[in-house]
Amino acid sequence: MSPRRAVSGGRIDRLRTIRFTFDGKSYTGHAGDTLASALLANGVTLFGRSFKYHRPRGVLTAGVEEPNALVTVLIGSVREPNIPATMLEIYDGLVAESQNRFPSLEYDVRAVNQLGGKLLGAGFYYKTFMGPVIGPLKGTRFWMFCEHFIRRAAGLGRAGMEKDPSRYERMNAFCDVLVVGAGPAGLMAAKAAADQGARVILADLDAMPGGSANWSDETIDGMAAADWVAETVRELKALENVRVLPRTTVWGYYDSNTLAALERVADHKLAPAKGEPRHRHWTIRANAVVLATGALERPLVFPGNDRPGVMLAGAAERYANQYGVMPGRKLAIFTNNDSAYRAALALKKAGGEIVAIIDMRDDISDAAQEIAGKVGGMHLTGHAVIGTEGGKRLGGIKAQRFDARTGALSGDPRNIPADCLLMSGGWSPTIHLASQAGLNPVWSDDLQAFLPPQATQNWVGAGGFNGSFATAAALAEGYAAGLKATGAPAVDADLPSVDEDGLDPRPAPVLEVRSKGKAFVDHQHDVTADDVRLAHQEGFVSVEHLKRYTTLGMATDQGKNSNVPGLAIMADALGKQIPEVGTTRFRPPFAPVSVGSLAAERYGEIKPDRLTPMHDWHVENGAAMYGAGLWHRPMIYGLPGETVEQAYIRETKTVREGVGLVDVSTLGKIAVQGPDAAEFLDRVYTNMFSTLPVAKARYGLMLREDGLALDDGTTWRLGQHDFLMTTTTANAGKVMQHLEYLLDVVWPELKVHLTSVTDQWAGAAIAGPKSREVLAACVTGTKVDNQALPFMGIVHGEIDGAPVMICRLSFSGELAYEVYCGAGHGAHVWEVLMKAGKPFGIVPYGLEALGTMRIEKGHVTGAEIDGRTTARDLHLDWMLSKKKPFIGSVMMDREGLVAEGRLQLVGIVPLDNRPVNGGAHIVEELHEDSPRDSIGHVTAMCYSPTLGKYIALALVKDGKARRGTRAFVSDPLRKRFGQVEIVTHHFYDPEGSRMHG
Amino acid sequence: MAEYSVFSLLRNAFSGSPDWKPAWRKPDPKPSYDVIVIGGGGHGLSTAYYLAKEHGITNVAVLEKGYLGSGNVGRNTTAVRSNYLLPENIRFYEHSMKLWENLSHDLNYNVMFSQRGVLNLAHTPAQLDDLARRGNAIVHSGADSVLMAPAEIKRLMPGIDISGTARFPITGGLMQWRAGTARHDAVAWGYARGADRRGVDILENCEVTGFIRDGDRVVGVTTTRGEIRAKKVAVAVAGSTGHVMNLAGIDRMPIESHVLQAFVSESLKPFLDTVVTFGMGHFYVSQSDKGGLVYGGDLDGYNSYAQRGNLPIVEEVNSEMLALFPSLARVRVLRSWGGVCDMSMDGSPIITTGPLPGMYLNCGWCYGGFKATPASGWCFAHTIARDEPHELNAPFTLDRFHRGILIDDKGVGSTPRLH
Amino acid sequence: MLITCPYCGPRDVSEYTYQGDGNRTRPDPASTDQEAWNAYIYDRLNPRGEHHEIWQHSGGCRAHLKVTRNTLTHAISSVGFARDAGHRKSDGHRKTGAQA
Repeated sequence: MSPRRAVSGGRIDRLRTIRFTFDGKSYTGHAGDTLASALLANGVTLFGRSFKYHRPRGVLTAGVEEPNALVTVLIGSVREPNIPATMLEIYDGLVAESQNRFPSLEYDVRAVNQLGGKLLGAGFYYKTFMGPVIGPLKGTRFWMFCEHFIRRAAGLGRAGMEKDPSRYERMNAFCDVLVVGAGPAGLMAAKAAADQGARVILADLDAMPGGSANWSDETIDGMAAADWVAETVRELKALENVRVLPRTTVWGYYDSNTLAALERVADHKLAPAKGEPRHRHWTIRANAVVLATGALERPLVFPGNDRPGVMLAGAAERYANQYGVMPGRKLAIFTNNDSAYRAALALKKAGGEIVAIIDMRDDISDAAQEIAGKVGGMHLTGHAVIGTEGGKRLGGIKAQRFDARTGALSGDPRNIPADCLLMSGGWSPTIHLASQAGLNPVWSDDLQAFLPPQATQNWVGAGGFNGSFATAAALAEGYAAGLKATGAPAVDADLPSVDEDGLDPRPAPVLEVRSKGKAFVDHQHDVTADDVRLAHQEGFVSVEHLKRYTTLGMATDQGKNSNVPGLAIMADALGKQIPEVGTTRFRPPFAPVSVGSLAAERYGEIKPDRLTPMHDWHVENGAAMYGAGLWHRPMIYGLPGETVEQAYIRETKTVREGVGLVDVSTLGKIAVQGPDAAEFLDRVYTNMFSTLPVAKARYGLMLREDGLALDDGTTWRLGQHDFLMTTTTANAGKVMQHLEYLLDVVWPELKVHLTSVTDQWAGAAIAGPKSREVLAACVTGTKVDNQALPFMGIVHGEIDGAPVMICRLSFSGELAYEVYCGAGHGAHVWEVLMKAGKPFGIVPYGLEALGTMRIEKGHVTGAEIDGRTTARDLHLDWMLSKKKPFIGSVMMDREGLVAEGRLQLVGIVPLDNRPVNGGAHIVEELHEDSPRDSIGHVTAMCYSPTLGKYIALALVKDGKARRGTRAFVSDPLRKRFGQVEIVTHHFYDPEGSRMHG
Repeated sequence: MAEYSVFSLLRNAFSGSPDWKPAWRKPDPKPSYDVIVIGGGGHGLSTAYYLAKEHGITNVAVLEKGYLGSGNVGRNTTAVRSNYLLPENIRFYEHSMKLWENLSHDLNYNVMFSQRGVLNLAHTPAQLDDLARRGNAIVHSGADSVLMAPAEIKRLMPGIDISGTARFPITGGLMQWRAGTARHDAVAWGYARGADRRGVDILENCEVTGFIRDGDRVVGVTTTRGEIRAKKVAVAVAGSTGHVMNLAGIDRMPIESHVLQAFVSESLKPFLDTVVTFGMGHFYVSQSDKGGLVYGGDLDGYNSYAQRGNLPIVEEVNSEMLALFPSLARVRVLRSWGGVCDMSMDGSPIITTGPLPGMYLNCGWCYGGFKATPASGWCFAHTIARDEPHELNAPFTLDRFHRGILIDDKGVGSTPRLH
Repeated sequence: MLITCPYCGPRDVSEYTYQGDGNRTRPDPASTDQEAWNAYIYDRLNPRGEHHEIWQHSGGCRAHLKVTRNTLTHAISSVGFARDAGHRKSDGHRKTGAQA
């Protein structure tokens, strides 16, 4: 049996042996052990190294508040750092290693940092590292040189580089009552609420619900406390209206009684079971919450209180009673309150020798006296521990007479050999969630602790959380809280009986013993009592400044152990009471939460993919796809051996000379319907739409309220009261929101209905001189000649049985038609068009070719409508109706929007006939070495097969006036410089004759 | 007042009782000053510092309603950069960068400005062109910028996912090498100490409850620590601007106060050396010197003075981190918090005289105020001392919105939460 | 944060889109008063306390709601349809649908 395993006792399963590895060495433990308890059982005392000084550290606690024993778990190529060993349930095959030490835990070279102790006090880095003002290390260079080493030395565990194959799941839950904490108070609350018929969720962060009852020596209802809780949990689980969530940490209390919780579904196994996620992220919406989160013990602050072998008394009690582990053979106890006496009893029962109980109080309760007598060993009241010794493990303690009222030490110190020192500074209710959902906590002088604040959300507290540490009180409060949470009236219920030990929960109001040597307040961050006093000396006296200056409370334990002792020392330095110093606000998460759980199903798939109905066809036919927002669109359909440029040149030529087909399904489409639809369109577009005849379409421009261009598109009039509006792909959502706002908030009297139909209509644009012939070959039910289907006209027909709507409009500048059909027919209609077009040499074309043709025509897209340009900047003055007001019509005339020097749309021709990319700038004078005085930038570029050269569109200051002049392209980022000519943006067929044929 | 240096550190380390003095005094308020600066955050403190240092105006009080630096200066994600799009912004933030580069020496306080680069990622060819537009604008305005290819980016940050299987593959990025991070608290404390040494009174726990007027003119304030008069009253309160202006009788401003959440992970061994931003969502991450990953994303999206937000953003921001660095699923969020961001109507700040006689206004920093701290204080001090803006903050007027002279880097118009 | 949509019942804030200050009056479309337009577009109430806001239930019924919410505590004290908040009284048929 392991050297420190108690002969009997504990709630572990001694029949199941678990094999695991720590720092390369093999150990065994039992089912129910944590890594901490199993290692302690094996006699391990060294668990980690502290952050700054790399001091040897043992395990301080038995729970989530552990600051020292942080380990990294390795599972295949995945590693998880910073896991508290006290929370890690062991399993067969567990491989864990200690952190922040080199080359080993036993011999860590960075322990040399301790020599710099006085130099490395709180805030030392603000006072140095500025470096020289002149020379090669001036500016920030000296600091960055030093920082390089600081960064390498800093950090706790190391994150992996491999993607985590685990699955993370999201759960949404609703309940009448959420009970947080399944100790005696929480269990009674759950019972009371469940008995009222409420839907109850009971969550506890431990694997075994029951809280402190699991390691208590009390009897409840005649049974061992741990048996009583096990029985109660069984009963609750059997109820249909109760959901029990073990291993579930409720960590965030958000608005409207919405709480976040993390369920560690599979961390206690080598791998999740089939279908199991590793973690579940719960969003729980509760009508009412019962906070029964108990209390956390505080350490005492005295020199040498960080030596491995020094731990919290309550933790030792838990190790003995729950895990059957002896943290030491010769145990000493140092306390300012009665609860440590319970621990003494438990350790004695488990087989330990209590060598001394050192109580800083002179007067102690009879119950405590009785226990002291029972456990034997020295009982030194009015004494304090002033030091420890032993290198990497405790060998002995030094105690001295101590006056708790004055802090004075007197008499001769005495050395007491011990291999384990249990300390207790009293208990702080775990009020973190309450603080997230409440005002400021309330200080209790009696308990020397912060009690829960006034609630700002619907929660009620019970038990240790309230400062009611006695089990009987916890049971009563829990029951009452459960009832209150359901709205049921309070009753005098039949509560389970408890045999109380009569100990007094009130501590002496002393948390620090001042003597020679480093006394630690924040164990992980190596913040000492002197650091707190240094902060005070330098004026960092508010609790927030104290925290930020010393980093106290900013480690992974989030100050659970260190907050109150730190405040106590600062209060003492200020000559104030603790509540006057204040308390930091608690923020989510209560305990660290995996990033993976918060991403849940978005891990690996952060956003949906939007695909058009023709997507598969594109991919199968050689399209190179790229992302346009969430959409996937074809860039080019490259033939083997073609470059991108060659592909789009070929596609463009084919369209301009023959016929091509492009998928335009991603355009935003909004059905605008109703008796006032035409009036509405007149208000939102700059041009007239009420005059648009049925079966005709019109290009439209929309401005924002502030007069800048918002979006352009075409709107088709399908009927007197029936319009189909198209928008650019990128702005579909924005335009919809804009229109809905106007109809719902500004003009609710208008009888207009909007429906988003982007996903309902598939769209294919067929363009080129032969496009009409292709349509004629496959469209039935309507003629498509120039008379039946004039420019901007609309007809309805069929293509191979699929109803289609065809509008003759052109983005490319060629004779062109947009063929719309129901999305379900999209792929089929596309294939029929391609087949009908085959004799005419039809090609599919992508966004590059589409872009090329629109650049040649000078049409604007989102690259020019970039949110900073006006209609006039883009030469769309002709679209601004003078007959009616429209959105933006007054604002667009403001001085800033009509001023000289605005960027205006122009064409650019590079005189060296090489590409000028989008994003290149334009300058009047070229200074390659020190580019300056930009007068604009290129918005889009292409090789124009129609014109036989590279062209571009650009926004240039006073562009209109610069037509016909020369300038330079200045693109230092891509090292492209050269002379250009500024021309009109209508490169090709400015009269539009080709579309009107 | 002790000079800070490695020598003074050593001296104090080996003496029995260190002689460190408080970093700044805690005086009682005087009945009047030449200038009152309302707001003891980064901008208020740097304003007081430069008033004293550059203009010799030392009879100044900084009024802070809570503890010094309790606002956004202590809550931000510490990025410092000048890589904006529009020339007015680039010039302003570049001036700030130059001040940053010597700030630790100026203040005799290590603000830990670390120029390890800020990288903006692109995920489509069009986005890369957009980055190039901005990068070229930056270079043409005298600051630095380069484009980086995916392979280079991977070498710089091995944990990043540049594979084609990512939902939004990386096509490249825009890097400003001179940009980086600084230690936010140090900036507040450094400026406070610097101002205090020059005679500025820093009054904490001193909340302004009203303005004292002489006709139209502002001649002082009422506070929780009494009445204080001044010839000039400057307002630099970021998210509280609306509230403070209300006290002056101005109930409408081109500002919305929004909550922005931020996060830090548990401390890790070095994982990321540079600040990185995502291109398909608003997300940014860097690693602090203590090892925690500091990151954040979008605003929650509604007005709030609560300095806390809700779950949807927590989930979204953490998903975005994993979209860039998939291996971080097993890392844990350690802390989350929120700040109040004064979102302006075009995303750019306001540093101006007025709007009332005797008053000076500095606000509209959205979520980008930290990097502006030196230049904001420098320009604001100039504006206060000379009663007119400096060339650098001349564009940042209050009336520009009405006049249609917008400095809209994002191009989203008058919807503050989108900036 | 939950907002109770009159049609859909209590829904999470992530289903809504914020549209800001609901205290503004948009000038008549034919108005040429630039100052009134500027005030409407740019000048916002931004109180630290009770605020009247417009929210759209964009992830649900798409209705615009006028919400009275405290910007310091996030507590919501009233929710109604934005279109009813104006001069126009509610039509009978606009009463809902699904109850919470």
